[in-house]
Amino acid sequence: MAEGGPVADLRQGLERLGRTFTAKIWRLGFAARFLAYLVLHSGVALRRFGLTIREIYFAGVLSLIIILISGLFVGMVLGLQGYETLQRYGSSEALGILVALSLVRELGPVVAGLLFASRAGSAITAEIGLMKATEQIAAMEMMAVDPIARVVAPRFWAGVISMPLLAALFSAMGIFGGYLVAVPLIGVDQGAFWSQMQASVDVREDILNGVIKSIVFGIAVSWIAVFEGYDAPPTAEGVSGATTRTVVTSSLAILALDFVLTALMFTGGNGR
Amino acid sequence: MQPCVSGLPVATRSSIVEIDQVSFGYDAARPVLHGINLTIERGSVVGIMGQSGCGKTTLLRIIAGWLKASAGSARVLGENLNELDEARIFALRRKMGMLFQFGALFTDMSAAENVAFQMREHTNLPEELIRDLAMLKLESVGLRGAADLMPSALSGGMARRVALARAIALDPQLMLYDEPFTGLDPIALGVIARLIRRLNDSLGQTSIVVSHDLAECFDIVDYVYFVSAGRIVAHGTPADLRRSGHPFVHQFVQGEPDGPIPFHYPAPGYGADLALERAGG
Ligand SMILES: Nc1ncnc2c1ncn2[C@@H]1O[C@H](COP(=O)(O)OP(=O)(O)OP(=O)(O)O)[C@@H](O)[C@H]1O
Ligand SMILES: [Mg+2]
Repeated sequence: MAEGGPVADLRQGLERLGRTFTAKIWRLGFAARFLAYLVLHSGVALRRFGLTIREIYFAGVLSLIIILISGLFVGMVLGLQGYETLQRYGSSEALGILVALSLVRELGPVVAGLLFASRAGSAITAEIGLMKATEQIAAMEMMAVDPIARVVAPRFWAGVISMPLLAALFSAMGIFGGYLVAVPLIGVDQGAFWSQMQASVDVREDILNGVIKSIVFGIAVSWIAVFEGYDAPPTAEGVSGATTRTVVTSSLAILALDFVLTALMFTGGNGR
Repeated sequence: MQPCVSGLPVATRSSIVEIDQVSFGYDAARPVLHGINLTIERGSVVGIMGQSGCGKTTLLRIIAGWLKASAGSARVLGENLNELDEARIFALRRKMGMLFQFGALFTDMSAAENVAFQMREHTNLPEELIRDLAMLKLESVGLRGAADLMPSALSGGMARRVALARAIALDPQLMLYDEPFTGLDPIALGVIARLIRRLNDSLGQTSIVVSHDLAECFDIVDYVYFVSAGRIVAHGTPADLRRSGHPFVHQFVQGEPDGPIPFHYPAPGYGADLALERAGG
């Protein structure tokens, strides 16, 4: 060969990097077009809302147990840890504020989102992927029914609707867990616990922002889950790979989006 | 070039499928179909036979507008598939029914709901009527008793019969059957074969049956095309083909490994794969 070894290696390395990068961008563009198509063809999912309700049952209701139990434990841990710190400064009545704000602003949407991705997101991907692998999607197209409108859209909207509700339940359960640790266990004054919480948690600043976060996470997780399922190679390995990718990609997306949203929402310089 | 047994049926106004010089490959390097010609008359039952992997399912998918031919033209139900957009192909498919090779039942619906699926999607019939119609279709494949079973509770052959009931739910004009006979016991096989013929004649359908099963297939079809390695190698009525002693038909009937149809998928020299060249030479 005329070319020197290191130069050729470098060129090959750069080429591979470039190819991987363009492939990723291409896939992202494909996913974006998929989302646009899905939203434009959501008529069936909204008109025949029973289809979406059914998927809310599978995505949302079946995730309830894990969300409620996790919420309870996270709240109890917050109560214990928060008390440790607060009592050093003699402000253990503020425990209610700490528990509520942590949950409503951050932990509720984020942890519920992560749980939702691994419980419901992976199930949605696997279900759609298997429908594709067993030619159910093909059969539907053969029957002149658009599978994106009939199969994908109801699952997407079910995820988008379930996620904020699950996050809210997670937070509520967490606050209850914090209360259990603070009041009956540690002996913080019950009145102070609730009244301080009520006085300091702002509906627009805290609760609304938390809800916005959970809606954004819901859209992200549902989009990733249905896209990975629909795009999965129609084989057993293809589906299992796609399921894993859903959990990994959704989790990273939730954490990254959380950073961006937090930066936008809570650094507005309003002194909070 | 083609070793025809009888003359190619002339394309007439009454032909419902006209495939003209169609070629296709899933990837450019490996063509699957080469210059296929076939014509299917309205009202007939036509068999497409050939060994595994020769491209029968692929040909059905082209007829269903699922795959686009890379060369040649395909006219189905009077429409040129190459010219249709997605919406027009969907409209055309409402007049077609397809039985998938592996059934492809919706796993989250019971047998009756599977059969009712298209009625729910495409008609505004009242719920009781849909239920009755689904039962009627299931009865015709002998599975009314299995109406409320989920697909996971059906055997392979039962699933195929439910899939058949689903495919004929809206009485399509053109039925495509991909391997309707595999996995059926002799009784069900005979029933299904006669059902295909009866549906075709009573509803004025046209049917394409892809099959390996020579005996059953020859009993119900009017005309047969033999495909080998992506080419049509023989065609004719079953009686003509039987009488002709055509080598392909002969090999198919006898199940001989040697003959005009190669048993082996194309491969480089055996020696190369076993590394004999390196070891020996
Ligand atoms: N989705 C696909 N992608 C790439 N190649 C494919 C695909 N489907 C089929 N093929 C190839 O096309 C050729 C024909 O396949 P096809 O499914 O049409 O065969 P067939 O005649 O239906 O066989 P069988 O009787 O086993 O069902 C085979 O060589 C197969 O490897
Ligand atoms: Mg096949």
